[in-house]
Amino acid sequence: MSLHPILVALRKHKAGVVLIALQIALTLAIVCNAVFIIYSRIEKVNRPTGINETNLLLVEQQWVSASNGDSAAGIQQFDSLLRNDLDTLTRLPDVESVAPINSIPLLNSSWTGGIALKPGPGLSDKNNVHTAYYFGDEHMVDTLGVHIVAGRNFTSAEINNKGMRDQSEPNLVIVTQDLAKKLFPKDSAVGKVVYLDGSNTPSTIIGIVERMQIPAVGWGDNFTWYSTLVPTRVNAIFSRYIVRTRPGRLDSVRRSIVPALYNANPMRVLDDDDAVRSFTDIRENAYRADVGMAVLMGVVCLILLAVTAAGIVGLTSFWVGQRHRQIGVRRALGARKIDILHYFQLENLMIAGGGAVIGIGLALGLNRWLMSSFEMQRMPLYYVLAGLVVVMVLGQLAVFVPARRASNVPPVVATRSV
Amino acid sequence: MLAYYLRLGIRSLRRNPILTSLMVLAIGIGVAASMTTYAVFRAVSGNPLPDKSTQLLVPQIDIWGPQSRSEGRDMPDALSYTDAMALMREHRAARQTSIYPVNYTAIPPDASREPFSVSGYATYTDFFPMFEAPFQYGGGWGAAQDAAHAAVVVISADLNQQLFGGANSVGRTIRLDDHDYQVVGVLENWNPHPRFYDVNNSDGFSDPPDFFLPFTHAVDLHTETAGNSNCYGSSGRAPGWDGWVQSDCVWVSFWAELPDAAAVQAYQSYLQGYGAEQNRAGRFHWPANAKLHDLMQWMDYEKVVPPESRISLLLSLGFLLVCLVNTVGLLLAKFMRRSAEIGVRRALGASRREIWTQFLAEAAMVGVSGGVVGLALTGVGILSIGLVFDPDYARLAHMSPELVGLTLLSALVATIGAAFYPTWRAARVQPAWQLKSN
Repeated sequence: MSLHPILVALRKHKAGVVLIALQIALTLAIVCNAVFIIYSRIEKVNRPTGINETNLLLVEQQWVSASNGDSAAGIQQFDSLLRNDLDTLTRLPDVESVAPINSIPLLNSSWTGGIALKPGPGLSDKNNVHTAYYFGDEHMVDTLGVHIVAGRNFTSAEINNKGMRDQSEPNLVIVTQDLAKKLFPKDSAVGKVVYLDGSNTPSTIIGIVERMQIPAVGWGDNFTWYSTLVPTRVNAIFSRYIVRTRPGRLDSVRRSIVPALYNANPMRVLDDDDAVRSFTDIRENAYRADVGMAVLMGVVCLILLAVTAAGIVGLTSFWVGQRHRQIGVRRALGARKIDILHYFQLENLMIAGGGAVIGIGLALGLNRWLMSSFEMQRMPLYYVLAGLVVVMVLGQLAVFVPARRASNVPPVVATRSV
Repeated sequence: MLAYYLRLGIRSLRRNPILTSLMVLAIGIGVAASMTTYAVFRAVSGNPLPDKSTQLLVPQIDIWGPQSRSEGRDMPDALSYTDAMALMREHRAARQTSIYPVNYTAIPPDASREPFSVSGYATYTDFFPMFEAPFQYGGGWGAAQDAAHAAVVVISADLNQQLFGGANSVGRTIRLDDHDYQVVGVLENWNPHPRFYDVNNSDGFSDPPDFFLPFTHAVDLHTETAGNSNCYGSSGRAPGWDGWVQSDCVWVSFWAELPDAAAVQAYQSYLQGYGAEQNRAGRFHWPANAKLHDLMQWMDYEKVVPPESRISLLLSLGFLLVCLVNTVGLLLAKFMRRSAEIGVRRALGASRREIWTQFLAEAAMVGVSGGVVGLALTGVGILSIGLVFDPDYARLAHMSPELVGLTLLSALVATIGAAFYPTWRAARVQPAWQLKSN
């Protein structure tokens, strides 16, 4: 079929053509970017933290106490309270292991610092790598369920304790594989010496864990996998514990923790709702905005496609009605039904194609602009190509109903004058 | 005549139910999406203190030097204890306060009730008049009590309800951790959105604080900040609390009230002078650098409006745009289908102006219907905001009369705007041509 008659006919309907093309262009631009946002959110939400996320509980509590965390006696008092709590929790039925910890991945409560290969506060030291610290004891690795891929875990003799504001640095640390590679790209980091937070005290890396995310949510994208484990119980007026339960016993352990802690020592505050949380809850809470955003974008995309399809149906129906007689004449002159159908399909293909070309430009421009104002990533080209296919198919689906109606116009119409 | 055209408009809408409902739905959905996201956006980006937001300023002092910025850090968004106290002492602003968030455990007088956590702020007396905090009973403490490090407290309406059943509790005592405090004032329900004076520590939209107590007293008790503390190159500082307050760690928020532009200018040069003095004293090894942000600039600097809110507002505006383009197309189809009718009217003497009025009236009917649909959908949208946004933000957005009016108005204006081109085409129909062809 020759394209010439279609082009000539389209020139008679400039406004309608421009409107459909514009609508397709805008739809393509918005849908591509929205799907890209959905995909990046889902990718972020689904990435594993590196810890064993099932059967894990986090306990947060605060003591009611007169002592303050700066005097040596106060620190030792907090430490004995903390060790009593560990003891209480360990003896609960169905508990596999317990460890004190300052934070866990996705909790968004971080203790961060810099890790360097040279001692002293060398501020401009390019080897100063941003890291997040996890303070805990010898049970921390097992309770979190992270895998040691090189070196070894802390032993109980290597664990010490300190107050919140104590500036002393640990002798030993365990780091993640990503952090180890960043610090020592060439060879194994086990046994190597590093300096934390610009101090002069050397810390030796004794083990490497496969993967462990930092606690930060919504920031810290430049050091997401650079965690450092420190063999120190941190003593303050509040404390956090992680509890690994036997499989399937999470809920019963969760219920027994608060009474057991109050029973052991009533001088404390445990929040009714948040004192004991499963890791599943923490993950859900951390990514709520991301999931919500993905759902919103998804709904908007679907409605947008539906609106665009409806617009195409509406305008094409109008054109079919307007050309009723011409269609009748063509049919009377020997055009088959399929020719009429193809005419409208081809016409739509051309309009949608034109719109899509503009849409590709708009989509890339919109992405560029989002990158500059919302720290978004560059959209890969195949999103635009997939979007192109989607709007073309959508156009063909939408045009089918009015085009079929057009093909059913009987040739006899040509002979009627009114 | 207009009433007649409006009636004609309704009649015409009924004649073509599928096309009409497509248009009405498109406008309704577009408007509802924009209005729902706008409600959230407005809730989180509003000015919490419109009458004096330009008079409230936050200083930033470059205490870490240019080197810290080369590593990607900005100037600290809080002050060190040393600098905050220096500014307090020299008192160059009309009113001024240092603030930091603290958490305590409240011990109810009734021994049978369990202790519970409370959060609040350590501040100076100027805090209350500066930020226009409304009192239910009593008032703030005085400057003398700041100087005396007095154990006094201002409590929230909520805490007053919990501890005293809502009675006037001024003069009574509450116990926080191991210390007694005399209540000097009870606030009304007061929680500005965003909580501008604490956005460097929180998202600014959380539950209201329970109490306020003198900064000087909280520091005496070595109360830790419950907010952020940022340290840079301060390892090797002296141990304990003394080392902490002498360090270059930043954890104190500072606000100054400066009545006019001249005062702001003077304060800016005072801060530069302060930096220069620190430089001469050997503490800063770089040229003095200080910034002042007024309240709304500070909200912007601290990125208080969540990016989700901005992106979804933009997305729904784009969405509304597509819906409008769609409406232009459908109206065009609808109007041009009636070329014959227009031709007859024109031939019978109707002026172009009459055609304009008739078709814009018809579009207005589409707009009103779209507005009503949009209103219903906005209601649904507001109810389901919690699924998408943080509950802290979601509960701020609600259906106000203002939002209802805005929804209807924007549907009407958008539709009439979209109808201009189709109506122009309709008005240009040549009567002779239409009459001839049939």
